[in-house]
Amino acid sequence: MPSLPDMTTPNVAELARDQGGQGPRDVLAETPELKPALFEWLCRMGDSTLVLGHRLSEWCGRGPALEEDIAVANVALDLIGHTQMWLGLAAEVEEGGRSVDDLAYLRDVMRFRNIKLAELPNGDIGRTLMRQFLFDAWHHLMLERLVQSSVTEVAEIAAKALKEVTYHLGRSSDLVIRLGDGTAESHARMQEALDLLWPYTGEMFTGDAVDETVAEAGVAPRPEDLRAAWTALVTEVLFEATLSVPENGDVHRGGKQGRHTEHLGYLLAEMQFLQRAYPGAEW
Amino acid sequence: MSKEWPLWEIFIRSQNGLNHRHVGSLHAPDAETAILNARDVYTRRKEGVSIWVVKAVDITASQPSLKGPIFDPAEDKVYRHPTFYDIPDDVEHM
Amino acid sequence: MYAQMVKSEGSSGEETPEEREFQDRIDRGEKIEPKEWMPAGYRKTLIRQISQHAHSEIVGQLPEGNWITRAPTLERKQILLAKVQDEAGHGLYLYSAAETLGISRDEMYEQLHSGKAKYSSIFNYPTLTWADMGAVGWLVDGAAIMNQVPLQRTSYGPYSRAMIRICKEESFHQRQGYHIMMKMARGTEAQREMAQDALNRFWYPALMMFGPSDANSVHSEQSMAWKIKINTNDELRQRFVNETVPQAEFLGLEVPDPDLAWNEEKGGYDFSQPDWDEFFEVLKGNGPCNKERLGARVKAWEDGAWFRDGLTAYAEKASARRAASATAAE
Repeated sequence: MPSLPDMTTPNVAELARDQGGQGPRDVLAETPELKPALFEWLCRMGDSTLVLGHRLSEWCGRGPALEEDIAVANVALDLIGHTQMWLGLAAEVEEGGRSVDDLAYLRDVMRFRNIKLAELPNGDIGRTLMRQFLFDAWHHLMLERLVQSSVTEVAEIAAKALKEVTYHLGRSSDLVIRLGDGTAESHARMQEALDLLWPYTGEMFTGDAVDETVAEAGVAPRPEDLRAAWTALVTEVLFEATLSVPENGDVHRGGKQGRHTEHLGYLLAEMQFLQRAYPGAEW
Repeated sequence: MSKEWPLWEIFIRSQNGLNHRHVGSLHAPDAETAILNARDVYTRRKEGVSIWVVKAVDITASQPSLKGPIFDPAEDKVYRHPTFYDIPDDVEHM
Repeated sequence: MYAQMVKSEGSSGEETPEEREFQDRIDRGEKIEPKEWMPAGYRKTLIRQISQHAHSEIVGQLPEGNWITRAPTLERKQILLAKVQDEAGHGLYLYSAAETLGISRDEMYEQLHSGKAKYSSIFNYPTLTWADMGAVGWLVDGAAIMNQVPLQRTSYGPYSRAMIRICKEESFHQRQGYHIMMKMARGTEAQREMAQDALNRFWYPALMMFGPSDANSVHSEQSMAWKIKINTNDELRQRFVNETVPQAEFLGLEVPDPDLAWNEEKGGYDFSQPDWDEFFEVLKGNGPCNKERLGARVKAWEDGAWFRDGLTAYAEKASARRAASATAAE
């Protein structure tokens, strides 16, 4: 097993306090002009967990084994829980009178800010798990840094999510190794999944003006700063899985700016159907 | 049909300090995966702090037909139980 | 009820001393445990009943799973996903209970996929609107709970323990369904219409869940003696109607039965029987969704074969590697 994060993460809040010196300042109160960029950035976090959680929920009742069915649903539930927190904070920061559900259900594709990797269709369970692993490895590194965020609320959300994501990463990396190094067929399927998904991974490490603004303010790390650690971790797991790392990961971007694949429109059409068909109804 | 994953018996300690208790079973290819699966299947409602897994075929059980000889002798050793001793109510803290 | 019309295998001929002693133990309220002696008929009937119950749980994931991706709020999505996931868990507990009787999960799957084993007729009805998530939780889980609560006292230990765990976990299922119905019944005109329509479509299929009258059935008599069936189908159906009608009234919805009337004398409602011809057609495979439901299960199983085999292969390799390095270390 490669050096995966310790499954018994120590008290992260404490960790954050230790490393941050005097603990997080209330940056939002000090610099209200940060809000538009912060709103964008929170939507990127929340939309990615929402769209990926939604994709995973499509497996419910159709898993390859009862145990896996249940496990995938757990990850989906965690991610939708994270969405509630990220988009909840986004709604607060926006101060536009929109609720979490308004953000999730009443924005169209070009307003969605998730990375493209999250919206790609499930494919077989191997592709779903590979997508999960590539995402989890980034997600975990991101949250580890976010527990030190200058915005208290962001640090708190990250601390809560980090425990769950530590488990997600342990599980998805374990399964990638096992299936990569399983039968000839499972190996071939995992390699195929990796080849298909790899060109979408670069987006996680490509920053723009929004990322720069929130990084300047100490809210979040620069996306580029996570690349080396991610590559090291992913390469180690893929090596143990006997899979070969494809060449170019920086091909498909644009999700964070609202330019998505064709797949997202269908996902939203399904997800938002009731809210769109019966405006104003309570459920 | 391909080979079925073996059956594992799952034991969970619900709070620190209490014994692990048998909660059920599940299928998994090996012990490590059985632990992960047990976490997902049997602790969905925060039921546990520690998990043991044992392959079901590795458990040796007492013979049901010997239930009498094995367990009945304990039945008449009532003196092992505190209620056997009649102590007046006036005596406190006992 | 998740197990319908389970044929009981009574013993033929004279009762042996072992059978007498077995029956005495059950009558005394003792639990029967896996390795203990039991009549072949008891074992066979239990396998049939528990596996049918398990199949119902996992096939039962599908009609509700149909709406997870369309749930109208994030919270509803979480609740529904957690509930349908619970059903997978309940299927797993029940398969495990059946496995203690000497049948493997794969064998039970094989019986389900080949059509040899049955599952509850209710899951062959479609879920057409979001209100159906309310109706399924309220009526279908309500009917299931009615059956499952007494089964916590069933004579077979592993089955009883599985039912206890299931009942504990399921306590929120019916309530969340009723909660959806409340929101819909008090919502917009369109929502109210959906709620009434869902009740109209699920009322009779829910009554069918208890199975046809078994007042004079020999199978039921044997199963009740063995305490693997606790109440008659009619008793449970009557109890269900008595409890559900006031709940419908509270919602302001109308139970689709013109003959429904309170009968003071029996202290319960008189009500119309469901269409039993329809019930037998559904059992035969001719319900609205039989093909889709079974097809989805078979597809999940077949598509997952490479995954299960891959993990088995890795476990074998890893174990061989461990053995080799242990030998090398000696």
